[in-house]
Amino acid sequence: MLKAHNLVKIYAASGVPVHAVRGLDLEIEAGEFVAIMGPSGSGKSTLIHMLGGLDPRTSGEIWLDGKRVDTLSESGWALLRRKKVGFVFQGFNLVANMTVADNVELPALLAGTSPREARERREQLLDKLSLSDRAEASPGQLSGGEQQRVALARALANRPALLLADEPTGNLDSRNTRDVLRLLGEVHRGGQTIVMVTHDARVAALADRVVSLLDGEIVDDGRIPRRKIAGAGEVIDLR
Amino acid sequence: MRLHLLALLAKEPAHGYELKQALEQTFGAAYPSPNIGQIYVTLARLEKDGLVRAVDVEQSNRPNKKVYYLTATGREALTTWVEEPTEGPRVRDEFYMKLVLAPLTGIADRMALISRQRRHYLGLMRELNEVMERSESTVARLLVEGAMLHLQADLDWLERCQEELC
Ligand SMILES: Nc1ncnc2c1ncn2[C@@H]1O[C@H](COP(=O)(O)OP(=O)(O)OP(=O)(O)O)[C@@H](O)[C@H]1O
Ligand SMILES: [Mg+2]
Repeated sequence: MLKAHNLVKIYAASGVPVHAVRGLDLEIEAGEFVAIMGPSGSGKSTLIHMLGGLDPRTSGEIWLDGKRVDTLSESGWALLRRKKVGFVFQGFNLVANMTVADNVELPALLAGTSPREARERREQLLDKLSLSDRAEASPGQLSGGEQQRVALARALANRPALLLADEPTGNLDSRNTRDVLRLLGEVHRGGQTIVMVTHDARVAALADRVVSLLDGEIVDDGRIPRRKIAGAGEVIDLR
Repeated sequence: MRLHLLALLAKEPAHGYELKQALEQTFGAAYPSPNIGQIYVTLARLEKDGLVRAVDVEQSNRPNKKVYYLTATGREALTTWVEEPTEGPRVRDEFYMKLVLAPLTGIADRMALISRQRRHYLGLMRELNEVMERSESTVARLLVEGAMLHLQADLDWLERCQEELC
């Protein structure tokens, strides 16, 4: 589904070049849920932005559904994202002068979904994320955690084949995280591919596979072990 | 389990099966389902140590049952338990010993140890997620949430080790 080959990103704007991603290879199957972890500055955001075409690569290749996409123009990427990629930014990036409802509906409408369908989908998503009563608010009136959930709803509005998310639970408390976990679980079971940068182990634990970055390189890439457990007593030791 | 049973008996005298039910009701999915045999063995030891005493209660068409109640010594032991500070869950860390010592032996490098440990913790976290979904009582959920926060701290610490040592 998604493939990166020898992907490199060097930021050179400030004079001293910064090697944010150093020759990275990654192959993600359709329907797979991959968590990307690593310390601050290890290149996680840079990687996921490149995978979504939001930041140009310095060198290397990116393939999506068998087509090479790193060579696309900005408008080519925009079109592609509209059709099959949902993106959740670390900094939310909601449209400030639109309501929550419009923010969530917009991508579906841009992709040509009927207004009725876009609205139904929006209502569903906001409901699942306990945000129904905030639909008419503007992003500026929301808490960080609320904005973050709106950003997730927006990314999922189109039922994208590929969800790319950068720290989608960084600002959430436990209860809201549970809502997000349930929704991601559904999205995953529904067959959508998920690539998610996260520090939150509860979210990462939902993934099939975890990729660890350090200094712009992959230092571990493997499946999360799965045991069948009978009860909490096998996990928590009460004394 | 000794002190858990003492605490339940401080509320009211009870027989073994009632104690099992009380544990299940209080902790829900969070408690490793108590085994009735283990409860009787523990009660017998508590009785021998003078912390509880038992009275036989006659039942019409069944054998007598033993109802246990707390003694003054038992109450004292319970008070001591409640009032003494509780050790945090990871004062000693075996993984840390491996991390420091294993590279010296050439058996494994630190990066590999940390990666394996991270996956193991994530596997545990997945199990906690599942237990959380099945936990209905607030008591059970809070216990699981506490375990999750500890595990998150362990993972953050692994990341620190990776940054500093690898
Ligand atoms: N626009 C930019 N210009 C110059 N350097 C940048 C730019 N964006 C990121 N970097 C650098 O690239 C490296 C990787 O940054 P990146 O944002 O990908 O890290 P991250 O893993 O997402 O960290 P965090 O967990 O803090 O979000 C860092 O050293 C960062 O300073
Ligand atoms: Mg980042």
